[in-house]
Amino acid sequence: MTPDFLNTIEVILNGLMAGVMYSLVALGFVLIFKASGIFNYAQGVMALFAALTLVGFQTGQIPFAHLVNEIFGTQIHHWGPGMNNLLAILLTILVMIVFAWLVEKLVLQHIVNQEPIILFMATIGLAFFMEGIGDLMWGADLKTLDVGIPSGGSFWWEDVTRTWVSEGHEYYGMYIDLLDVWAAGIAVLLVTVLTLFSQYTKTGRALRAVADDHQAALTVGISLRSIWVIVWSIAGIVALVAGIMWGSKSGVQFSLSLIALKALPVLILGGFTSIPGAIIGGLIIGVGEKLFEFWIGPLVGGATENWFAYVLALFFLMFRPQGLFGERIIERV
Amino acid sequence: MFYRESGDFKTSYIQDQQIFPILQDRVFVTVIIAFAFLVVPFLINDYWEKSVLLPVLIWSLAAIGLNILTGYCGQVSLGTGGFMAVGAYASYKFTTAFPELNLFIVVLLSGGVTAMVGILFGLPSLRIKGFYLAVATLASQFFLVWLFNKVPWFYNYSASGQINAPERLIAGIAVTGPNAPPWATYLFCLVFVVVFALVAKNLTRGRFGRSWMAIRDMDIAAEIIGVAPLKAKLSAFSISSFYIGIAGALFFLVYLGAVEPTEAFGIDKSFLVLFMIIIGGLGSILGSFIGAAFMFLMPVLIKNILVNGLGWSPDIVAHLILMIVGGLIMFFLIVEPHGLAQLWRVTKEKLRLWPFPH
Repeated sequence: MTPDFLNTIEVILNGLMAGVMYSLVALGFVLIFKASGIFNYAQGVMALFAALTLVGFQTGQIPFAHLVNEIFGTQIHHWGPGMNNLLAILLTILVMIVFAWLVEKLVLQHIVNQEPIILFMATIGLAFFMEGIGDLMWGADLKTLDVGIPSGGSFWWEDVTRTWVSEGHEYYGMYIDLLDVWAAGIAVLLVTVLTLFSQYTKTGRALRAVADDHQAALTVGISLRSIWVIVWSIAGIVALVAGIMWGSKSGVQFSLSLIALKALPVLILGGFTSIPGAIIGGLIIGVGEKLFEFWIGPLVGGATENWFAYVLALFFLMFRPQGLFGERIIERV
Repeated sequence: MFYRESGDFKTSYIQDQQIFPILQDRVFVTVIIAFAFLVVPFLINDYWEKSVLLPVLIWSLAAIGLNILTGYCGQVSLGTGGFMAVGAYASYKFTTAFPELNLFIVVLLSGGVTAMVGILFGLPSLRIKGFYLAVATLASQFFLVWLFNKVPWFYNYSASGQINAPERLIAGIAVTGPNAPPWATYLFCLVFVVVFALVAKNLTRGRFGRSWMAIRDMDIAAEIIGVAPLKAKLSAFSISSFYIGIAGALFFLVYLGAVEPTEAFGIDKSFLVLFMIIIGGLGSILGSFIGAAFMFLMPVLIKNILVNGLGWSPDIVAHLILMIVGGLIMFFLIVEPHGLAQLWRVTKEKLRLWPFPH
């Protein structure tokens, strides 16, 4: 195999890995959209908030320390040496559940019958609010997140691929980040758990009932409000997983919330209502933008990753307006 | 008691069709416009020009533009920042290529160019609806900003990649550039805002506006009763982009003077304008003004109180402002989903009956 061919394979592999990361964020969107018809723009900020909270617990920061110092002139920062990973993750999950409950109680409950677009705007407001409160609670500086997931290039894979090249060519092996491989594994695990949960538990069945038809679900005695809290909690946990993966990769800071924007084309490509759609959409977007950048990028000045995903999604939408796996849109007058 | 339609008799069709049918409205609007044109230019100073009046005027124009598309025609767009960039770069290219061209014409031409681009990016709306369209408009936002960053022709091959507004005179008085007096830039923007706000007000109550609203309320039903979706949607996209392009051109030429596309026309600007029309009121020209003023001035006010008044550090205040803005958006959507303009409508209803309760 020629180095060019191997390089292309490397780009595709890395694209698949990046796609998995996008899917992780898109998954949270799909869960909430299915259960409540809300297009939750705040999903990316939820990932940021979860990651910030996790780092805060790990390192033992005092919430709102900056604000308190500012008002009272005190000098507090940390309450102790921090805690171990598992405890911190559990506490963060707890925080996300409380957050889900608060969102339902304070916001969603009051706007439940509004048009979808109003609900969407409300989640944009929520995103701004969380962005502000996350930074106020834990500080806006760049934080490193390490929960013990290995990262860096895989030497074994580099050695293996080095032998693939045909005679007479110089080739240094493929680079694959171990973190990405782990992320792919965790994503598979997450989807499996979510599928099992929604297929085989009573709550899961209730979730699917609500997704099918709100009113029918209400008439058979499913509490819509508790379902919403559950769905937002699950989305919060998915956000935490996405936050951990993205945070370990590139640090925890404001730009983490922008991954929500990257998840949007994944969503419209796969369809808002389909979990497999989110995964496959993520993979298509990931591979597509990496290949485009690899082949066309140098010709047009690079940085095409900023917009290619959206244009690709737009192109697909021209042929299938409901996304690849979305439910057929039936409109009635 | 005084503010009502009854008793305000009209004896001709012309009178019946005027923009403001109520006498008090006409008087009020005339007084405001007269005040803005005749009094403010004598009072204005540099601070008021740069930090309050110019940005509010320009954002109002952008908000009217987006309101035409989103509020009246129901097509959610997240590409406002990109279209403003088109207006800014078009005005830059026009004014540097034809230095003698009158600045009014430059700005109008930039609006025209943006309208063309708007039609192009509006084409998907014929097939895609709702959230799918909102995400699709993000393509225009990111693609256009990327384009202005990467193609040197747009910024005349300048080394910094920035564009700078050259000094241009109208009737011997500088309107752009560092030497422009505050009253000149203010009046320049004011002319555009007043003229195009009245045009928009008229458009939205005419045939165009009604076809937009029909499409917004239910596009299939509108199609059945004979509203052409192609014409309605694309006209909304082009007219909305025209307004946003003019706002972008003014934003660059008069207000900022030098811009770098990623920073000046990023996605946050798209959201800002969207918030303005939500808070102000979807489908209301008055609401566009209220929303723009509110969304721009509220953070300035909070910042002034906390940073200058209480001496807090600016970055903490910046986060607080984010929280407050987000909280307010949710609050408004819960309490008054139709925006601040709805409060005025409610007041109007009350005034009609006053002093009787029913």
